Amino acid sequence: MFSLASIATMSICIFLFGLFFCVVENFQYMIKEVEGNVSVTVFFDETVSQDEAAMKEIGEKIGGREEVAEVKFVSAEETWESYKYIYFAEAPELAEGFANDNPLAKQAHYEIYLKEVEDQNSLVEYLESMEGIRRVNKSVEVADILTSFNLLVGYVSIAIIILLLCVSVFLISNTVTIGIAVRKEEIAIMKLIGATNSFVKAPFVVEGLLIGVIGGAIPLGLLYFLYTKIVNYMGGQFDNLAGLVQFLPVDEMFRILLPVGLALGVGIGFFGSFLTIRKHLRV
Amino acid sequence: MIDLENVTKAYSTGNHALNGVSLHIDKGEFVFIVGDSGSGKSTLIKLLLKELEPTSGTIKVNGINLNKMKQRAIPKYRRKIGVVFQDFRLLKDRNVYENIAFAQRVVITPSKNIRRNVPAMLSLVGLAEKYKSYPKQLSGGEQQRVALARALVNRPNILLADEPTGNLDPKNSKEIMKLLETINERGTTVVVVTHNQEIVDQMKKRVIAMHRGVIISDERKAGYIQHAN
Repeated sequence: MFSLASIATMSICIFLFGLFFCVVENFQYMIKEVEGNVSVTVFFDETVSQDEAAMKEIGEKIGGREEVAEVKFVSAEETWESYKYIYFAEAPELAEGFANDNPLAKQAHYEIYLKEVEDQNSLVEYLESMEGIRRVNKSVEVADILTSFNLLVGYVSIAIIILLLCVSVFLISNTVTIGIAVRKEEIAIMKLIGATNSFVKAPFVVEGLLIGVIGGAIPLGLLYFLYTKIVNYMGGQFDNLAGLVQFLPVDEMFRILLPVGLALGVGIGFFGSFLTIRKHLRV
Repeated sequence: MIDLENVTKAYSTGNHALNGVSLHIDKGEFVFIVGDSGSGKSTLIKLLLKELEPTSGTIKVNGINLNKMKQRAIPKYRRKIGVVFQDFRLLKDRNVYENIAFAQRVVITPSKNIRRNVPAMLSLVGLAEKYKSYPKQLSGGEQQRVALARALVNRPNILLADEPTGNLDPKNSKEIMKLLETINERGTTVVVVTHNQEIVDQMKKRVIAMHRGVIISDERKAGYIQHAN
């Protein structure tokens, strides 16, 4: 009876844990995807923009920075080409007038891709302090929003998970305490007959472990089912979101969540019961 | 076999349950310990089971000094001592067979041996046919016999009986005593704590009388010795 209550509570805790885990993992996954597209653009001083060796030197310095994943040089010609592609797509003849006189002749630049989006500010500071740099463009909003939201989700999840873990340990402990009270007579007889400490403790630890395993397996199964359904549903219903919202594949998610969830259940079950036995069973 | 030397047990209230008790019980003896309530009989049993520690003095059982015994050695020590109580202390949710087998499982006896030992014990106590009964389906005398079978199944060399006939009528009391005598004849040292005067008088065994934590008499083939207040 009490074991059932413990299994139910443990299931709820691990279910919620799994839910937060899925949200956090997916969010991290999406951030990684977005991070790949967040870049800092660096334009050169007039003198440097004509000097390939100077530009190369700056590029090497930037590329040597730890937070930088990739540095891409975009020449003035390439800049004009992509500008033309975007702004004169419907009237290419208008761009023809500039054929021999690139209006963006001084706009050669580096596109710098970061490893972690939160390093953007420190990199920008560095870039602005460099000689020969005229302007630094950064994706302020995207980077800041992503970083702060990521932190917020992380902190809230950690707080909730810790709270749930405490509740689980408390409930297991309660179940074991009741179990010990109910079997008080049996334990006293066992001790008189000459049962070893581990013999007396074993059933309670096994009970705790079982509660952990069952209480972990049920919500994980449920989460697997729900996650698969949701990912499939979202994929099917919102085709246009496909580029923006990328879900972590089911297999990849459960490759982490399954062992973590089960270990958590078993861990809580074991420590919850073990510590309670130590407290209540002075054998 | 059992040696107490100047043993004192004082509780935190300042009460002296035992006060400088010395006694020696030989291997194979049958001893009654008699006395009124508060005389220290039950404290003596608890000290022998190492449920309590003496405040001072030395207790030796089977040649082992209990004062020096480590906590983890207690289970092994208790396996050599069988114990029965006035209230039988049987597991109510298990039948007779399971109650006795439980004692064997506790000491990790192979199933094959359990299947052999339990029926043999049930025959000894005369309950071979009631092995499927639950404690509440048995009379007090029968329950005490199950308790005895449980105490003996692990072949202890000492049997401690704390008021074993306290809840029994005279007929059942006599039968239990007869059984204890049989067990004693097979070589087990038997120590019976009781205040059943009639039984003690009939048995003509060694009687140790206690009063307020001290031994007031210790006689062989004696009757019940009552302390004149």
